[in-house]
Amino acid sequence: MSIELRNVTLRVGAEPHIYETSLTLKPGGFNILLGTTLSGKTTLMRLMAGLEKPTTGEIRTNGTNVTGLAVQKRSVAMVYQSFINYPSFSVFENIASPLKVAGLGKQEINEKVHRFADLLKLTPMLNRLPRELSGGQQQRTALARALVKGAELVLLDEPLANLDYKLREELRDELPKLFEDTGSTVVYATTEPLEALMLGGHTATLKEGRVVQFGKTASIYRRPATMESAEVFSDPPINTAVISKSGDQVQLGSVASWKVPRELAELPDGDYKVALRPHHLLLDGGGVEVNGMVQIAEISGSESIIRIRVNGNVWVSQTQGIHSFVYGEKIRIYFDAGNCMYFDADENLIDL
Amino acid sequence: MTRSKKWIVPTLYILFLMLPIYGLLSMSFKTTNEILGGFSFFPQEFTLDNYIVIFTDPTWYMGYVNSIIYVVINTLLSVTVALPAAYAFSRYRFLGDKHLFFWLLTNRMAPPAVFALPFFQLYSAINLFDTHIAVALAHCLFNIPLAVWILEGFMSGVPKELDETAFLDGYSFWRFFIRIFIPTIAAGIGVTMFFCFMYSWVELLLAKTLTSVEAKPIAATMTRTASSSGYELGLLAAAGSLTIVPGAIVIYFVRNYIAKGFALGRV
Repeated sequence: MSIELRNVTLRVGAEPHIYETSLTLKPGGFNILLGTTLSGKTTLMRLMAGLEKPTTGEIRTNGTNVTGLAVQKRSVAMVYQSFINYPSFSVFENIASPLKVAGLGKQEINEKVHRFADLLKLTPMLNRLPRELSGGQQQRTALARALVKGAELVLLDEPLANLDYKLREELRDELPKLFEDTGSTVVYATTEPLEALMLGGHTATLKEGRVVQFGKTASIYRRPATMESAEVFSDPPINTAVISKSGDQVQLGSVASWKVPRELAELPDGDYKVALRPHHLLLDGGGVEVNGMVQIAEISGSESIIRIRVNGNVWVSQTQGIHSFVYGEKIRIYFDAGNCMYFDADENLIDL
Repeated sequence: MTRSKKWIVPTLYILFLMLPIYGLLSMSFKTTNEILGGFSFFPQEFTLDNYIVIFTDPTWYMGYVNSIIYVVINTLLSVTVALPAAYAFSRYRFLGDKHLFFWLLTNRMAPPAVFALPFFQLYSAINLFDTHIAVALAHCLFNIPLAVWILEGFMSGVPKELDETAFLDGYSFWRFFIRIFIPTIAAGIGVTMFFCFMYSWVELLLAKTLTSVEAKPIAATMTRTASSSGYELGLLAAAGSLTIVPGAIVIYFVRNYIAKGFALGRV
């Protein structure tokens, strides 16, 4: 199903929740809404589902205007972050419920429920009540209910956020496979850039109720159109700084300078902005050398995350190995100028 | 205190609590003469006569029947009306919702005596005086606000996403409400019914004012007997003991839910 948001806004009282947004999702694939909490992911989903009516603008599916159409009349399924199942129904009845409402025959319901229960490894739990299941199994039940309906639009609102690490990875690997054959358009909300990259498909980066950019997930990651998009799509936060170009050199304050990159070669002298991903900022190796002062160093597994004050900005280096530093320590860090992204004064990417 | 002595405090506590009930029960097995004669811990001449009178004399047992009829009508009426109201308060924001909710509660704060006279006049005017439905309706004034208040707490404990999931699954509102929502808050409905039942069961003033013969409640029968034919204390004790029974039965069924109601801070 194709779904299009056309000049949609949503205000609750006087407070804008979604600023004017136009977005056409990729039909039959994974569409990821990436943004921090309160960026409007859930609200956008609720608008698509019809649970919320836009203040202005329209929502079109398959070319027809469905703004204001009753939720019951749409082909939509939704899975929430907080494991929503019908508490008084068994797992079987939970999965069967959309089919029962649709008026399918007993035989057909039975067959479908068992097929999806199998797929989601719920067959041994079919007679249990949701509260007798683990969190992962509860969410699988909710997913099975969304799948069995065969809805054209499936909305997954941070479905893995409340699961523990192991289960999350397991289910994340399964998700794209589950929806592969259904032909459904899947919308998946997440706060984690890494999750978006793993799921692939298309991504819309969101910030404070605005869609910043929409496109192929990998290309948004590699070439974010704006600084905001780059910031949303980076965890730990992306490193930014103002640089000035003069002649064939760019200067980062007084701490570093390097040869003018191809992106800026044709442009006039002046101030530009640079962004650099934390894993491109290293403690050794060649490239541009920067002097900084350690703020804090954290170890996460086999990686170290070091926050460094560089010319008034706090930069983050995500680097292999375990390194310990003390606060205030002087440090030299390096990056390859080829990994930098350059933005103009309006924070739009300067692309070749 | 050593481990083996731990039973002492709860035992004393329970004994202390049970003492008045024991007093009533033991009186109900005595003759009135024995009760008036002096204090005895056990009945000297054990008799079931008091209970036999109650179960054979219609003026007595119809009191129980009348009470049970209007209490059941009232409980069902209150819960039926309060369910949609509580749903609205828990799920929707509308102009003045909080004030309306508070206003409902203020009905519970007014003493029944305030309403007794106007109610008497009103129910007489519409020919409902001395009917079960009259008392059941009058008690709604106190029980519906109570039921809305308790149910709203239970309903607000159910995430709104459950409703939305059901609508997305294709459920119409009423099908969702009856098939999914009501079973989900069954515990809350049990607790609510208990409180409505108990209030209506013990309320005397309105029940007495609005009835004379046909729908006379047991409590009214008890007061009138005490004044007309001398002090039939044995009979009154037996009647009193029997009034505890319905409440005890209802408590037995909802005992597990009451704790849940307390946890929600609404009971």
